[in-house]
Amino acid sequence: MKYSIAVVAMLALAVHPASAQNKGTAAKKVAKPPAAAPVEEKDAATLEFEKFRAMMEETNPAELFEAQGEEFWKNKRGHNNVSLAESCDLGLGVGVVKGAYVQMPRYFADAGKVMDVERRIVWCMINKQGFNEADLMKRPFASDSHTPEATSLVTYVAGQSRDMKFAVPLKDPHVKDVYEIGKEVVNYRAGPYDFSCNTCHGTDGKRIRMQNLPNISTHRGATSAVMGWPGYRMTGGVMLTQQWRMGDCFRQQRFPQPKYLSDTVTSLLTYMTANANGATYKGPGIKR
Amino acid sequence: MNITARISILATALLAAIPAAFADGDHRAKAIAMMKQDFVTKGQATADRISEDGLQAICNRTGNKPPETIAKQLEADQMAGVKYPADGKLLGDWKSGEKIAQSGRGFTWSDEPGLPVGGNCYNCHQIAPKETSFGTVGPTLFQFGKLRGNTADIQKYVYSKIYNSKSYNLCSEMPRFGHIGALREQQIKDLVALLLDPESPVNK
Ligand code: HEC
Ligand code: HEC
Repeated sequence: MKYSIAVVAMLALAVHPASAQNKGTAAKKVAKPPAAAPVEEKDAATLEFEKFRAMMEETNPAELFEAQGEEFWKNKRGHNNVSLAESCDLGLGVGVVKGAYVQMPRYFADAGKVMDVERRIVWCMINKQGFNEADLMKRPFASDSHTPEATSLVTYVAGQSRDMKFAVPLKDPHVKDVYEIGKEVVNYRAGPYDFSCNTCHGTDGKRIRMQNLPNISTHRGATSAVMGWPGYRMTGGVMLTQQWRMGDCFRQQRFPQPKYLSDTVTSLLTYMTANANGATYKGPGIKR
Repeated sequence: MNITARISILATALLAAIPAAFADGDHRAKAIAMMKQDFVTKGQATADRISEDGLQAICNRTGNKPPETIAKQLEADQMAGVKYPADGKLLGDWKSGEKIAQSGRGFTWSDEPGLPVGGNCYNCHQIAPKETSFGTVGPTLFQFGKLRGNTADIQKYVYSKIYNSKSYNLCSEMPRFGHIGALREQQIKDLVALLLDPESPVNK
């Protein structure tokens, strides 16, 4: 995709002056004794980023991946030469994409599992289109040379719920059970540093260095945690899904690696997205 | 018997004493079984890291609020494992301490295995005024020595807090850097100096 390379170059140009400028202001800043850490104050870098994101919203690079994903959804593909549009049920009926994303994770009787969107799409690719499971598991996340088809598909499906309200079906006992399990995972401390998700995301207004950490147990924090995913990440210029984000947080938590499309990650996405129920999803976004 | 084994035996004994309200719920048991299935070794992050040690189990089961009697006993047990320098000198070189505080390297699956690792201190704390990119998971440590002094007692407190944060606050969110063998004696001394040395920018 030549176009995406041009966009990446444009992003790099646009980002550079901003970061140089921030270094200047940061160096001049002097803490006043005895300085308590300002918790809610937005630093220059955050303000710059938000301004930049607003500017980018007109030409959101995520839309390129939505367009690519739409082709993957509608074309006949895989060993069975069928399209997902004619074979894949995301919970609202075969082929229905409008509003499906904001109502996931949900329970799928054919798989006997609660699944998040990426897991369901890959399940359809394997079970309906006949793609080879091992192939899809090999390189699940984007690099600068490769965007997995599932990532583009997730971006397309997510885009079809733009401006709709999150409505994870918690009334379904299967979903409620997975939600409660997810809540336990969020609390679970282990590993060499004794970290849990809550170490970093359990209190309002905390930061790691300059990065704001949403409190994922509250409606407001969970809303900000799930908003803008899947996201085009300016660091590296790649499109990434929530599956990637969860894995990278487990890495920082000093945990081992969750297998791709695990029950554990589904439980976390169920917990966070359901906590955001009622909030309006703004579509695939841009992340720093 | 090594300290870890002793702690786990003590923790097991104390778990029996935890009120029924804190008994493992069905969902916690399901969550643990699920995680044991789902995680795989990557780099130095081995799959067995998913298992809780005795102290983690108590904090996990009680929502980080263990009954006071249990907390006191286990904090004392963590404290008993703190090893102080043989020569009794606790104040190292603050310049080296600043470098250790800056580094967040170590223990993730993408880090090279082995020591030395960083302290991650700035990820969670404000420390020296020049570093404006600091986290807020922990309290500010700016002016720590100026406010708390640089007595032998304070030095001992800071050394042992870094060595094992849980010896003062059983379910602290701060890692146990000395206890797990992440930071060596000299590194901890250098961090004590960063916080307490009157010459350190922290106290200017
Ligand atoms: C050691 C700290 C740490 C731990 C532990 C941690 N995270 Fe994170 N998390 C971060 C940082 C740093 C970011 C990036 C924030 C940014 O980019 O601004 C982040 C980002 C996120 C985001 C995306 C937020 C957004 O605005 O896009 C979610 C969701 C999230 N974490 C959930 C979790 C969950 C669930 C766990 C436990 C499995 C977890 N985190 C564990 C530090 C952590
Ligand atoms: C993941 C977060 C985290 C990291 C990393 C961390 N701390 Fe802490 N620290 C805390 C929290 C939270 C507290 C307050 C609660 C407590 O006392 O346990 C604290 C408390 C302290 C205190 C006691 C403060 C007082 O007022 O008595 C000192 C000293 C300290 N940390 C030093 C350090 C140093 C030095 C490092 C790096 C080697 C470090 N911390 C790394 C979270 C962290």
